[in-house]
Amino acid sequence: MSLTAAEVAEIMRLLEHSRFDELSLEIDGIKLHLRRAGAAGGVLQSTEAVAHDAASAKPAAGGAPSGAAAGTAALARPTDPSLTDIASPMLGTFYRAPKPGSPPFVEVGAKVTEESVIAIIEVMKLMNSVRAGISGTITEILPADETLVEFGQVLMRVRRDA
Amino acid sequence: MAIRRILIANRGEIAARIIRTCRALDIETVLAVSAADRDSNPARQADRVVCIGPAKSSASYLNAQAVVHAAIATGADAIHPGYGFLSERAILPQLCAESGLVFIGPTADQILAVGDKLRARVAAEAATVPVVPGGAVSSLIEAEQLARSIGAPLLVKAVGGGGGRGLKLVERLEDLPALLDLAAAEAGAAFGDARVYLEHYVAHGRHVEVQVLGDGAGEVIHLGERDCSVQRRYQKLIEETPAPRLSSALREQLQQSAVRFARSLSYRGAGTVEFIVDAQRESFYFLEMNARIQVEHPVTEAVTGIDLVAEQIAIAAGRGLSPGLAATQGGGCAIECRINAEDPAQDFRASPGRVQEVNWPTGEGIRVDTHISAGSNVPPYYDSLLGKIIASGPDRSVTLARLRAAIAATRISGVVSNVAFHAAVLDDAEFIAGGVDTGFVPRLFARRPELCAMSAASGTHG
Repeated sequence: MSLTAAEVAEIMRLLEHSRFDELSLEIDGIKLHLRRAGAAGGVLQSTEAVAHDAASAKPAAGGAPSGAAAGTAALARPTDPSLTDIASPMLGTFYRAPKPGSPPFVEVGAKVTEESVIAIIEVMKLMNSVRAGISGTITEILPADETLVEFGQVLMRVRRDA
Repeated sequence: MAIRRILIANRGEIAARIIRTCRALDIETVLAVSAADRDSNPARQADRVVCIGPAKSSASYLNAQAVVHAAIATGADAIHPGYGFLSERAILPQLCAESGLVFIGPTADQILAVGDKLRARVAAEAATVPVVPGGAVSSLIEAEQLARSIGAPLLVKAVGGGGGRGLKLVERLEDLPALLDLAAAEAGAAFGDARVYLEHYVAHGRHVEVQVLGDGAGEVIHLGERDCSVQRRYQKLIEETPAPRLSSALREQLQQSAVRFARSLSYRGAGTVEFIVDAQRESFYFLEMNARIQVEHPVTEAVTGIDLVAEQIAIAAGRGLSPGLAATQGGGCAIECRINAEDPAQDFRASPGRVQEVNWPTGEGIRVDTHISAGSNVPPYYDSLLGKIIASGPDRSVTLARLRAAIAATRISGVVSNVAFHAAVLDDAEFIAGGVDTGFVPRLFARRPELCAMSAASGTHG
């Protein structure tokens, strides 16, 4: 037997709504390992705090490596106190959808709650779901689908519910 | 296979050191950093930087999955683990093999063979390398029998151990039961392995180690020895080559023992075989093998002219040992001082913070390996090594004179350093005479009590 994509999505949904952080399943040679991204959802950074850090840090030297440059670019936006960054809780491959061809977890304009899954980050074939960790509306999705994201890299921006 | 891009899974001075050789070899570098090291000098020097996790090393520098994922995603061919962190964890070469990456170091089996201290003892005995009288114990009765045959003083050591944890000195045999329990509990908590073994305690030993290189197919050469007896609580502070005041017969025996041991494992890459030497009795015992590049490798490089990191890369790429290596004659002398951010006035406690000004020495025969410049941050999460000052010269007295001048020219402010401690050692008659044992630092502190109670100011400006 094999698991269909729909069944995997269903198992993921069940885990999402359970109180468990991790699930290992082995059926007839198929191994499935699911883990929530951290016990408490994605790492949150408000743009306010980030802007403060960026201002106090000394400017990056010329020829700064691409990773740092990307991070700096993401931090350099004007402060909008109603916007919150959702930072990647880990390094891995960023997936916007539960499987190829299915609709993304969220699009710009989507309403999310703290528990909403907004992406998957895969690390060495281990799928980790990332939660919004905040209630609001997605205003921006930064990384391209299926690309490497680093720890702390801004994945999305959310306008907090008033 | 050709290695064109290396992911460096480390930080600090060794990351900078590996980048330097990669540049010379025209190999691209990807540095895996924690969030605390994004702005470090090695992060500026690498061709690319990826942040693999938060400051806490268990979630970043010790996260083998993140390291390997980062290597694959950035198109690296190989991973260099440096020292510490994942360098002697079998999981990294295992994951590399599964992912088609080259691990720059020994095989997973070799790491496991030397990481288990009891297995290493057995392998040493099989290679006719002398080991300290002792052995495994699995019950109190067994331990008491063995302890009586060894005699006091003796050490209870952790099989999976290192760094002094799970290590207990038994001075009277009647204390054995209590100390055995304590050592096993500590070992279990620190290493997840409560097994312990007993060894005769060599009170006045010298720590001498031999650098080896193996091609992984049975060919092993040595590149001389290093004396690392200047230690404080098992932490090496000064290392030198050649080991002073050692008979040529004993030196030869140490070197050949190291080669025999590494050859018996068909060891691949750079490694170090450590011995405890009783110079008065002309005897020595195998301690352990370190399956990685060592902090103190530059003293060997200074006298042999060999780039050990380049040799590691060549061996990992399948090119074997470079021609002519075995014939290299070590000429002259080299001594290294480890400059740490630690406060002598506070029992050498780590002194993290931001370095304001720093002046590293230059001059004939002086090499400095460091990742620290003015403005560098010394995070509290990792070791406190700021850099290493290495002097070399035609003989020990010229080398010492150069090192003294170099230490005197070193200025570090913003964090407290142990520079003044090094100046005191280099002026000490016992150290100048050479061949000190591991009891040297406590004796020095007894002679010069002001050294361990030096004001923060003298550390800062010294």
